[in-house]
Amino acid sequence: MSAHSWTEYLGLMAQGGIVTVELTLASLAVGTAAASIAGLARISNRAAVRAASRIYIEFFRGSSAFVQLFAAYYLLPFAGIYLSAFACAVLVLGLNIGAYGAENVRSAVLSVRRDQYEACTVLNLTRWQALRRVILPQALPVLTPLFGNNAVELLKATSIVSLITIGDLTFQAQLVRFQTGDTIGPFAVILTVYFVLALAIGAGTRALTRLSRRASVTVTR
Amino acid sequence: MTAPPTLGMGFALAEPARGGRVEFQAVRKAYAGRTVLDDLSFSVKAGEKLAVIGPSGSGKTTILRLLATLDRPDGGEILVDGESLWNEQRGEQRVPASEKHLHHMREKIGMVFQLFNLFPNMTVIDNITLAPVLTKRMKRDEAVERGRGFLLNVGLADKEHAWPDTLSGGQKQRVAIARALALEPQIMLFDEITSALDPELVEEVLNVIQSISRDRAMTMILVTHEMGFARDFADRVIFMDGGAVVEEGPPDAIFGRPSQERTRTFLKKIIAAGYDLSGPIA
Amino acid sequence: MQWSWSFVLSILPDLLRGLVITIEATLLAYPLALVLGLLLEAARRSGPRIARVVSGVTQFIRGTPLLIQLYVIYYIFPDVGIRLPALAAGVLGMGVHYSAYAAEVFRAGIESVPAGQWEAARVVNLTKAQTWRYVVVPQAVRPVVPSFANYLIQLFKETPLLSSITILDLMGEARAVANFHYRYAEPMILVGALFLIVSLIAGAGVRLLERRLHLTTNHSLGRSA
Repeated sequence: MSAHSWTEYLGLMAQGGIVTVELTLASLAVGTAAASIAGLARISNRAAVRAASRIYIEFFRGSSAFVQLFAAYYLLPFAGIYLSAFACAVLVLGLNIGAYGAENVRSAVLSVRRDQYEACTVLNLTRWQALRRVILPQALPVLTPLFGNNAVELLKATSIVSLITIGDLTFQAQLVRFQTGDTIGPFAVILTVYFVLALAIGAGTRALTRLSRRASVTVTR
Repeated sequence: MTAPPTLGMGFALAEPARGGRVEFQAVRKAYAGRTVLDDLSFSVKAGEKLAVIGPSGSGKTTILRLLATLDRPDGGEILVDGESLWNEQRGEQRVPASEKHLHHMREKIGMVFQLFNLFPNMTVIDNITLAPVLTKRMKRDEAVERGRGFLLNVGLADKEHAWPDTLSGGQKQRVAIARALALEPQIMLFDEITSALDPELVEEVLNVIQSISRDRAMTMILVTHEMGFARDFADRVIFMDGGAVVEEGPPDAIFGRPSQERTRTFLKKIIAAGYDLSGPIA
Repeated sequence: MQWSWSFVLSILPDLLRGLVITIEATLLAYPLALVLGLLLEAARRSGPRIARVVSGVTQFIRGTPLLIQLYVIYYIFPDVGIRLPALAAGVLGMGVHYSAYAAEVFRAGIESVPAGQWEAARVVNLTKAQTWRYVVVPQAVRPVVPSFANYLIQLFKETPLLSSITILDLMGEARAVANFHYRYAEPMILVGALFLIVSLIAGAGVRLLERRLHLTTNHSLGRSA
């Protein structure tokens, strides 16, 4: 391979890498918002709210991101919603991991011992006061690693967007493969990049978990 | 060896109105199909110090949990100063209590748990001031001032900024007591508060109970295995077994001259286990 | 574009054929994952240097997309002489990918057995094999059965990826049909609905399993759910 091809080759991959990262971060934002809302709704006092959240969660956990992405990509235009492929992917992937995240929120909250909640009851705190000052702060350090795992799954799921023609890392690798006939090279590179990104997310999660332990401290105000 | 707790003065409270009367009327409660309380009736006078003793599974803790609004009774009435705890009057109708009603009733009732249940994500002073600030709309500064007073009452003035996980069991329990006191309830419930403590830490907690009862006219209901303490401290003792009151009366009567066979059997077992009742059992 | 039930009926045979492949793939890949997972975990426990290699490998497998792993097996392996038919490649890919997760589940289960159990077994003179068989494994497996069940469901839901290495599973058939007739609504919605139904039933099944094994807890917040 000539030097010319090498730089082009890596340049294309780098572009793909940027798209992958953008996609991951955007979906993460959507997912975190969705998970927070749906997660808290899941433990609400009102049955209707709980049910709505449950429906959302079961729907998006009921099939893989792959199926949801394809369905959304091909079907949304018929519903009159015209999104770019990228926006479509962010929406679907975000809502998808939001559903898993919501369950994580629920597990994390339930992991706080019931005794804590009873102590709040006898001190006559309202449910919301108890959640905000006592339960959620203690749930946060449990939640963060769970979210971190979710984020890694999200990163891996982004590879699917290559099948709806978004120029992410996987797409670019396929492109290079077709252009150069070289299979091992591109795949080796992107496997490494994905792995490094996954490790980065892992390190970030650990740092956030440490931070969340400190942030979980409540001061009466 | 730690210095004995500073007892006495601390924060002087105005004498609260003589409230704190409790009545259980034919209360029933079952957990998962198993009946724990069956047609239970008894009453507690305002300001009375009541000890509840009995074997495990007798329903002692359930009484406290129902009174602390942690569990709902299946039947019967629980009255606090003549007002129903678990039911309210809506015009003509008598309906199960709403959260608002429970919230209102809870202002009179405080509880200390066997396992302390301090909030690990806050310092001692924040543990104590959280509820007064949130539920009584107290200003933080005022709550802290008063909180320091309560800490002094329980002998932990120097632990204001400590974290719960740095405290011994006895200290945690004393903080828990201060936390409950901070809301100035008229009825204080103590659910086997020394059972989870190492023996050498029990005394400091019992001393605190004695001292806080001296300064206040609170109704105090203690579920306890500390028979010697119950004998000294309580105005009246109730012995429970199988979800019902077997015998009640002044400590000397219950511990010294129990009239029921079951009471005698229970007390003999307690003595055999090494509890000192400071007095002969008839 | 209008929903056409006659179209649905006409493509149903193809989709059902695909579903059979999907189920085949799941039932082949999952046991493979369990066996490889157990071997991985056993290897990891056998020595510190092997442990590091195994950890590295499982981290790598778990940290990279299954899609790429499938591509590697299907497109790259032939370059080094291993030419597998599509389904075999797919089953191998999914089996290896999920073995990394299975290994973690085995690990969690084994570590949940208190140290005292191993010691008690030693003082009554059980051999290592006996200890594993009668004391450790029975206690290790019970708490993690729901995790295994959940991974089975997850594997099932990820089978659509097989369609990207030319396997005509449910998704593969759906895509083929959609491309052929230029109608995407019916195939996609049918696939989605089918997965959703299976997933809901399976999810309920797992919860029932958890309750049967007494693994749920009663919590004041959870009761409202």
